[in-house]
Amino acid sequence: MISRRRLLTAGLTAAAGASGLAMAARLAARYGLVPPDHGGLYGAGETITYAAHRLLTLHQPLAREFDRSQISRVAPVNGGPPESDDYQRLLRRNFAEWRLEVDGLVARPSSFSLDELKRMPQRSHITHQACEEGWSFIAEWTGVPLSDILARAGLSPRAKYVVLYPFDDFWDSIDLADALHPQTLVTYGMNGRELPAGHGAPVRLRVTRQLGYKSVKYLSRLTAVETLADVGDGQGAGAVAYGYSWYAGI
Amino acid sequence: MRALEPHAAVVRITHWINAASFAALLVSGVAILLAHPRLYWGETGAFGTPSLIDLPLPLVLTGQSGWGRSLHFLSAWVCVLVGGAYVAAGLRSGHLRRDLVPVAADLRRAAGHVRPRRPGGDDDLAYNPAQRLAYFAVVAVLFPAMIWTGLAMSPAVTAVVPFLVTVLGGQQSARTIHFAVACALVLFLAGHVAMVALSGFRVRMRGMITGRRAMSPGRA
Repeated sequence: MISRRRLLTAGLTAAAGASGLAMAARLAARYGLVPPDHGGLYGAGETITYAAHRLLTLHQPLAREFDRSQISRVAPVNGGPPESDDYQRLLRRNFAEWRLEVDGLVARPSSFSLDELKRMPQRSHITHQACEEGWSFIAEWTGVPLSDILARAGLSPRAKYVVLYPFDDFWDSIDLADALHPQTLVTYGMNGRELPAGHGAPVRLRVTRQLGYKSVKYLSRLTAVETLADVGDGQGAGAVAYGYSWYAGI
Repeated sequence: MRALEPHAAVVRITHWINAASFAALLVSGVAILLAHPRLYWGETGAFGTPSLIDLPLPLVLTGQSGWGRSLHFLSAWVCVLVGGAYVAAGLRSGHLRRDLVPVAADLRRAAGHVRPRRPGGDDDLAYNPAQRLAYFAVVAVLFPAMIWTGLAMSPAVTAVVPFLVTVLGGQQSARTIHFAVACALVLFLAGHVAMVALSGFRVRMRGMITGRRAMSPGRA
């Protein structure tokens, strides 16, 4: 038997719960805690994970760094460099004509040659990189902090994401928490040498607090945007269509 | 004799939600493992480096880990939130302290309760010593170990709390322990289901679904 009072209490509780959820969703959207792939079957899980991680990392902690003695002797790669004519031509000429374009919500759309990047202040770190498949390695990465490149181009305060366009189809994007993180480098060196072609030459992004597939290889263009809704299919990355999460900090 | 204490609603609801989330975690966990069915010890490991164990599973690189990972983390959230509600309610009502925390005598007496018994009599008024030991291990040891080793594999979480992974010996060690504890949970599940099946399946299931357990003799 359900009494009137119980029915009323249950109704009020449900209403409070629903409005609480609606409020949480509004707050999450306002503070940038909703990932672009929040829809669909697994969207709730993606959103809770991303929001929880962003709240946990508000103080921008660094990923763990290692000693030189811990660098892995084996650093595997998945797949080879792009086979497109554009890329192969640049590779044959040692990327002398390659330039990294920076556009979108920036005051000064710019482009950088490999030499120009190498003349900018350099930073290195020895970090662990795990593939979503399960394997991992430790390597030393050398390059320019992405935040320096964005500052040179004059990043607009309206920008919330940086879209990463490589020479292959694996376009991706990262939020500003990762784009401005001090360990996020546009790398041109690995383990004290030039970045090998298989690891993403001429430059590869290193995003230390996410899995390997977010460290986009073979970069050609960076675009600062306010929303990812109008970029590609609106899901934030090419890999989402194949079932891979936009946020890969876990 | 009095009617047996029913399972509390919160116990029944959280039991079945977590049974479903555990099934999803198991299926998705295997899907993830197929992308690299090798286990290592330490920080790193890959093809071309020595493994600790090569699992007898096929290597499937055609994108089973994408949905596998998404389902795994969604069900992990359900499992953790619902499990947290169960623990909070159990601490508040005293169910955990009264019915789950083993006492010293349980260790001696547990062996006598491994043989399945049909419901009835005073024995069924509470979990028996074998049940107490098994359920306590699952709630207080195995699930916390799964959560810990799961978080220890996350590059974002270990940036916040490096201790989670360093104390285990590295990210690949965490992955290996995560797998080992999952195997322990599967063993528990097999034993749990076998005991239910052999000790009066219908009565036990009805007890966990409706809350109504075996009635005492004379009233049935």
